[in-house]
Amino acid sequence: MNLSNASASLNAILPLVVVILWACALLLVDLFITKERKGLTALLAAIGMLASLIITLARLDLEAVVFNGMVTVDGFSNFLTVLFLGSGIVAVALSYDYLKRMGLEKGEYYVLLLFTVSGMMLMAVASDLIVVFLALELLSIPLYVLAGIATPRLDSEESSLKYFLLGSFSTGIVVYGIALVFGATGTTSLAGIVDAITAGSAGMGLLVAGAAMLLIGLGFKVALVPFHMWTPDVYQGAPSSVTAFMAIGAKAAGFAAILRIFIQAFPALSVDLTPVLWVLAALTMILGNVVAIAQRNIKRLLAYSSIANAGYILLALVPYGQSDVAADSVASALFYLLAYAFTSFTAWSVVIALEQVEGKGLELEDYAGLSRRYPILALTMTVAMLSFTGVPPTLGFLGKFYVFRTLLEGGFPGLAVIGVVTSLISAYYYLRVVVYMYMREGEPQAIRDPWLYIAATASAICLVVLGIFSQPLFAWASQAMLH
Amino acid sequence: MIPLSWYLIFAAALFSIGLFAVLARRNAIVILMGIELMLNAVNINLVAFWRYVNPELIAGQVFAVMVFAVAAAEVAVALAIFISIYRRRRSVSADEIDLMKW
Amino acid sequence: MIPDIVLFIILALVAVASAVGMLFSKNAIYSALNLILNFSSVAVLYLILGAPFIALAQVTVYAGAIMVLFLFVIMLLGAERLRRSETLPYQQPVSIILAAILAVVAIYALLFRPLGIEAASVANPDFSSPAAMAEMLFNEYLLPFEVTSILLLVAMIGAIVLTRKRQRRVQR
Repeated sequence: MNLSNASASLNAILPLVVVILWACALLLVDLFITKERKGLTALLAAIGMLASLIITLARLDLEAVVFNGMVTVDGFSNFLTVLFLGSGIVAVALSYDYLKRMGLEKGEYYVLLLFTVSGMMLMAVASDLIVVFLALELLSIPLYVLAGIATPRLDSEESSLKYFLLGSFSTGIVVYGIALVFGATGTTSLAGIVDAITAGSAGMGLLVAGAAMLLIGLGFKVALVPFHMWTPDVYQGAPSSVTAFMAIGAKAAGFAAILRIFIQAFPALSVDLTPVLWVLAALTMILGNVVAIAQRNIKRLLAYSSIANAGYILLALVPYGQSDVAADSVASALFYLLAYAFTSFTAWSVVIALEQVEGKGLELEDYAGLSRRYPILALTMTVAMLSFTGVPPTLGFLGKFYVFRTLLEGGFPGLAVIGVVTSLISAYYYLRVVVYMYMREGEPQAIRDPWLYIAATASAICLVVLGIFSQPLFAWASQAMLH
Repeated sequence: MIPLSWYLIFAAALFSIGLFAVLARRNAIVILMGIELMLNAVNINLVAFWRYVNPELIAGQVFAVMVFAVAAAEVAVALAIFISIYRRRRSVSADEIDLMKW
Repeated sequence: MIPDIVLFIILALVAVASAVGMLFSKNAIYSALNLILNFSSVAVLYLILGAPFIALAQVTVYAGAIMVLFLFVIMLLGAERLRRSETLPYQQPVSIILAAILAVVAIYALLFRPLGIEAASVANPDFSSPAAMAEMLFNEYLLPFEVTSILLLVAMIGAIVLTRKRQRRVQR
């Protein structure tokens, strides 16, 4: 790779480079920021991601294949990059006051947050399995540490340990799958894999085994049933600001990898894989929603809700092998991810506002009477719950609508029916939260932090407004994946 | 020359043993060893595939080097987690790192 | 000179036996020592495969650095004694079944189904020289290489964040 080539390559991934360099610089700058003024570190971290976001938005139609085909910048990756950077900025807003209250202020928190965002951004552009593997690690390792950053709190340490063990176990499975795919095709680049399959030089048995292991490993990351058992404990134990980011960023990055790999490289394997995806999606929706009903702790409830939502996103992928539906598959999955991100952030910012030290304020009973004392929080939480349920005109409704439409186009009405039925079941536990807030008497305690309120109300407003003007958003999501 | 499938079976056996260690043992240190064994099995696959499928292209070996680095990074973080847990828990509960509610 | 095939069988047996030993040792130190034996025998296999650089890295990084770290932490924590009944009652049979299914399926698939892969001809010994590796790492695989270095930096930061004793209030 000569010099001009290298600079062109770096230019294509400029947003990513900015975030990584900014993280390294922030690590040093943070040394000179006193403990009382860690808010400055938070602000700097947000500015770095904002700069990267502006660069991305300024060249949204950029398309490039660089680093010898290891990196593909296209509509798909640009959409996800915006999603990740936006999530990162919101996560900083949620973290600032929370960390101060819980006595967790550490400059490294924000540095690690930047690094995990950079891992997610790398995942969005990765078009070589080696890069997918490294991006997976780059986003996971900081998250393992962030989950345990509340040490010496026992639940946080336990959450970190569990997340690490299950996470690296799943990475092991992913990389074994990659090794099998490499053996079957002689290459790790997605384009090369397609070439090998079309040329008929690929060992199909090994390839299917490798693809299945990739699906299992990534299924752990995005918490598909039956690979979900770690989710409730990890989500409950980790600091809420970390959980919020984990529930959105890590899941979106996992799905970014699944979408890119399966739609770009493995459409030929859909005969074998579609039934598996069908079963996984059905199990995930059913189990996630049914078990959520029994939850009284709001963090566990949202954990099961995130499992159920993984099922809905996977629905979009079920007909991925049909070439005329594949584009809609990507678009509806991306749109659903966006809707899920907005909804989750709204819900989590309310949870963070109500959480007290030592894990108090997290039970359903603590939400009783919220509408009296904190009408804005109660209203935003209601919007989030309606969006999760899929009530029009929220973004959550449109997310489900597009996913089900893709499913019907692909000819899977049975699965769509399961999706609708489980959505109806989910209404029970989502609306129960609303009932508690508006119909029960109670003395809830919440904090009044401006950043938190801005994050909560802004994303709640987006849920409704973007829900009404969803057409351009969906058109943006439909921008093709570069082959 | 040794058939490729022998290497693959050997790697699969090591991978299965590692998998078993992760699923069956409750001691976090042994679980971590199981994960290392799984990554080791991956490397055997990679190098064997490199040698048999495409020796002109050194990609398999490069990938193996990446797996080494990742394994080292994982172990560093994992042992830090163990130490931070153990520091507190020695007096609280058992004399080892246990997963309380798996 | 011993033919490769005999060497392979011996090494594979040693490696599998030591892996099983790792699994069933009652003492975490023995587990770690077994794993070192396993990694070392795999390193010799890499030599048979014609990958001296990987073999060297296996010994220095895996069997050396990583496992020494393991032993160090086990000793430091005094966590070598493993409890006798440390598995959940249903965990052991379920794990045995799962792992056995995986092993049987893998072996069946590899032995009785055609892989579709022919053994390549003998490679040029230059292919795996450190110089060739370096050329690949800094040219075609520049991005993964750089990402790896960032990954190590992140791991370092993470390890320090998690283990640093809380600063006393008096400071600053």
